[in-house]
Amino acid sequence: MNKFKKLSLGIIGILISIVWLFPFYIMLINSFKSKKELFKSTIAFPHSFNLKNYAKAIDALSIKTTFFNSAVITISSIVVILIFSALAAYALQRTKTLASKIIFYVFVAAMLIPFQSVMIPLVSFMSKIHLMQSRIGIVIMYLGFGASMAMFLIHGALGSIPTALDEAAKIDGCNPLQTFFIIILPMLKPILVTVAVLDTIWIWNDYLLPSLVINRDDLLTIPLKMYYFFGEYTKQWHLALAGLTIAIIPVIIFYFLAQKQIIQCITDGAVK
Amino acid sequence: MNPEKNTVWFWIFVTPVLLALILVIGIPFLLGLYYSFTDWDGIVAPVFISIKNYLAIFSDAQFLSSLIFTVKFALVSIILINAIGLALAMLVTQKIFGANFFRTVYFMPNLIGGLILGFIWQFIFINIFPVLGLNGWLSTTSTGFWGLILLTLWQMAGYIMVIYIAYLQNVSQEVIETADVDGVNPWQKFIHIIFPLIAPGFTVSMFMTLSNSFKLYDQNLSLTGGAPYKSTEMVAMNIVNTVFAEKAMAYAQAKSVIFLLIVVTISVLQTYYNKKREVEA
Repeated sequence: MNKFKKLSLGIIGILISIVWLFPFYIMLINSFKSKKELFKSTIAFPHSFNLKNYAKAIDALSIKTTFFNSAVITISSIVVILIFSALAAYALQRTKTLASKIIFYVFVAAMLIPFQSVMIPLVSFMSKIHLMQSRIGIVIMYLGFGASMAMFLIHGALGSIPTALDEAAKIDGCNPLQTFFIIILPMLKPILVTVAVLDTIWIWNDYLLPSLVINRDDLLTIPLKMYYFFGEYTKQWHLALAGLTIAIIPVIIFYFLAQKQIIQCITDGAVK
Repeated sequence: MNPEKNTVWFWIFVTPVLLALILVIGIPFLLGLYYSFTDWDGIVAPVFISIKNYLAIFSDAQFLSSLIFTVKFALVSIILINAIGLALAMLVTQKIFGANFFRTVYFMPNLIGGLILGFIWQFIFINIFPVLGLNGWLSTTSTGFWGLILLTLWQMAGYIMVIYIAYLQNVSQEVIETADVDGVNPWQKFIHIIFPLIAPGFTVSMFMTLSNSFKLYDQNLSLTGGAPYKSTEMVAMNIVNTVFAEKAMAYAQAKSVIFLLIVVTISVLQTYYNKKREVEA
């Protein structure tokens, strides 16, 4: 490729980047403006980096509780999904019985069922067994909806871990549970990280499921709180934009800390 | 260890996930099938009414218009997201300055929830587009449609780009160089050499975009909310609204079953084509 072509492709890349970042830029500059200043111009640079909007938005979003709720639900769901899916994948991959085959295909079939097609009876059934308005309830639901994909990916990775390791552990006196936690689980680390990243993006951002099973104020996650907040401040864009910026910041930090790994995980999850 | 003991361990390992799956998907799925043939309202005991709900769907103008809107949306977004995703992938796999930075930027919107992205774009359409002389972008059906397309394009193109990058990296540099030496023009190179090699990526991306379009809800809710007059309401939102606005639970469930059949058909076709390609390859 000659120099001129390289340079022009680079410039195209920069131009697309500017277009791509433009919505974030607009959100950021307007989040510092007062209502009056925003009304005057939505594209001008702000007069000053006034943090008043942020103070109000932090207050209205009950930021501590909301972030805590999102973090607790996301982290506990992922820990539960990883452990139980890996256990199941291990048993299914190492056992060659009819039951094992059938269960594997049940998991695969469950992956095909979209959330929207079971959500109505799910809500009615969950309230019957008292799992609504509860963190434990929502973690169980995320386990149910997330287990198939996790199990499937881990099942694939287990194929490259030789059974000779299981045999050796057995001779050394490990029971299957010990073998799993001491020998197998550490070797699954790369695929567990992939599943954890994919599920973090999913659960942290999920709106529909929590909106159906949680509406108690002290349990709201970021997307839920954002929705209510936006409804309340719909004519006050300066506050709404500050709120949106606050909601996005942790995701952006997470992304820039580990963007290479995140993109790799997304690729593995999609292409496998 | 004797086989019986192995069986016990097998069930210990499998049961927790299996139980969650049955509670969260299995039972609701079967209940839902049953409810769709009843007059269930969530309160009074359901009465069997056979296929009445399903018949009602065919004369439900709102649902059919949501379905048509969704199909149109799916077709346009498949073409645009894949074309732009592939173009971005080809750009960032060139040996140019900033290639890694570009990739990071193009992928970024994908990490943020659809609900939040929809709110940001609502601001753009309402307050920035008028600056460019484009007023009332979210107040007509057709511009609302293109608004949703722009939003999902911005969010999804980076994701599809990442998939194509994985396949493009498999294209051998030698083949490309040989073609260059033979004087093949860039268009022929793309059609005859690169595209056949990344075709599996095309299948993956196409079906992924297709089923995502059908399941789209958050972006729809936060960008247009179905306005004006429910004309930009997509299938998923139509089902949710049937439950919450109309309280017609059994009827909404019948719609869900139709929705399920569509999405499962798409997924099964995808698996079929992937398998077929693997066999051919």
